[in-house]
Amino acid sequence: MDWGFILERTFSAMIGPEVMIYALAAVGLNVHFGYTGLMNFGQVGFMAAGAYGVGVTVFWLNWSFWIGILFVFVYAAVLALLLGIPTLRLRADYLGLVTIAASETVRLLARSRVMKPITGGVEGIDKFAEPFYNLSPFELGKFYSLGPFKYLGRDVWVLMVGWTLLILVTLMVQQLMRSPWGRTLRAIREDEDAARALGKNAYYYKMQSLMLGGMIGALAGLIQVIQKSSVQADTFNPVITFTIWTILIIGGPGRVWSPIVGSSIYWTLIVFVENTLRQLPAGARQTLQDTVELSDFNIGMLRFMLVGGGLLLLARYRPQGIFGSREEMALDRR
Amino acid sequence: MTAVNPAATTSADTPIITATGVVKTFGGLRAVDVEKVTIRRNKITALIGPNGAGKTTFFNLLTGFDQVDSGVITLDGEDITGTPPHRLAAKGMVRTFQLTKALAKLSTIENMKLGALDQLGEKFWAALIPGSWRKQEREIEARADAILKRFNLTHMRDEFAGTMSGGQRKLLEMARALMTDPRVVMLDEPMAGVNPALAQSLLELIKMLPGEGRTVIFVEHNMDVVQEISDWVIVMAEGRIIAEGTPAEIKSNKAVVDAYLGAHHGEDLSKVELT
Repeated sequence: MDWGFILERTFSAMIGPEVMIYALAAVGLNVHFGYTGLMNFGQVGFMAAGAYGVGVTVFWLNWSFWIGILFVFVYAAVLALLLGIPTLRLRADYLGLVTIAASETVRLLARSRVMKPITGGVEGIDKFAEPFYNLSPFELGKFYSLGPFKYLGRDVWVLMVGWTLLILVTLMVQQLMRSPWGRTLRAIREDEDAARALGKNAYYYKMQSLMLGGMIGALAGLIQVIQKSSVQADTFNPVITFTIWTILIIGGPGRVWSPIVGSSIYWTLIVFVENTLRQLPAGARQTLQDTVELSDFNIGMLRFMLVGGGLLLLARYRPQGIFGSREEMALDRR
Repeated sequence: MTAVNPAATTSADTPIITATGVVKTFGGLRAVDVEKVTIRRNKITALIGPNGAGKTTFFNLLTGFDQVDSGVITLDGEDITGTPPHRLAAKGMVRTFQLTKALAKLSTIENMKLGALDQLGEKFWAALIPGSWRKQEREIEARADAILKRFNLTHMRDEFAGTMSGGQRKLLEMARALMTDPRVVMLDEPMAGVNPALAQSLLELIKMLPGEGRTVIFVEHNMDVVQEISDWVIVMAEGRIIAEGTPAEIKSNKAVVDAYLGAHHGEDLSKVELT
């Protein structure tokens, strides 16, 4: 059993691309759910909007990658409007229903044969991110390591840009939530009618929140496809949305830093469990083999089961998440 | 939107609110069917009636939380029928709720500051630049602290509103409503669930409002309260207005007593007869 290898993988996962991308998407969901109380079960739809914002621009329109980045935000804003206009005047649950359906619609539409000339269909889109990697100060194919962290040069470049954006976006959200604008969002989360009676146009604020969180989700989608160098419709499935929710719940909704810490905890656990299972000593492996065959697929499933068990313990003993306050949570039940 | 007539806004005799031919039905039920109501400026008007009389529905219609089927509502001569609640608040009409809506996970002072209108920092882009709204925020905070002091809630200033007692929440909701600097304050059962000691101070606070140029309309079940603070009483039953007058006139009005008799066979009824 190679502990050095397991630890290297685990440490590198702690601040790796997945952590950064999912944290960013969770910052968006935190704006929706944590601060405004919007039940968005389709955050992956916004990520897809971001991914195809740049993908379609380069692949179909043959325009520059940099113009594509503009479209990332345009698509996300349009999707937020489409979702919000019919649902935000209704009770919170309707947004939940519509968002989960819409995110699947985006995925199925993108992979459909009809859309193939535009989205690349099931084959997706690749070779669109070169302009980004051309700017890299690191050698793309070379490994770089610093202490326990070790990444390919191309990932170091993605991480540098991604974490910078993540921190900037998080600080922006922090500033917004400290302002009267953020106070109004939190008031709407607590009781929409009270906010309306005090002169706040709740519909308008919820739309702003949906758009802001959606654009942040789209940014996460953009970085994800840049990191993978490909846009694949099926990577934007509902499981991603629920992973983002898990991350937000681990950190504690409505807290500025919980998406980052929640994402780091989640992915560290996943990678640690996976690599440990792969590196089990022969004896233990043999014993397990009778109950469960340690194939790649089974290991993939096992890590989710073990991490799921951990989450159950969290829900039981720390339901407010890492940053949440139990006292504050108890106020809900009064 | 019709222009507000300056003469009308200043004249003490013109009504501040009128409701004409207001009808609201839920399915087959005619919840509100009001031919004509006028609310006098800078007075305290009580809206009473047995349960299910349509008081709260009428309240919701006046404050834009429900839409009328037909009829016209005016505020200072301006037609406000169908105007959404947040626009009404901006026009100086604020309400509280029967089931108190203290924002539990906001602190008391945050609850208060929320009530201020026209905040610069409530605009998205401005929110990102604290310098653009900080000065106004300080002014709002000072005003909030002054009102909290008046409502005897200063000790709760930095606590979550969710930790307050039912009575304190009623106080907070009214204090927060005053942060909008309203012309019309509409209180839906302000005394419900408030203990007697707190109730007296709440009554005193309500009585002070007309002197500040605010009109008060309130729904209440407690006849003692109605007798003590109202200048005018409107009685509703089955969606209609069956009587209105001074508290003294109302307590001797046979229609009112009958309305209560018809709906209540309990103690409230005897109170109505006796007081």
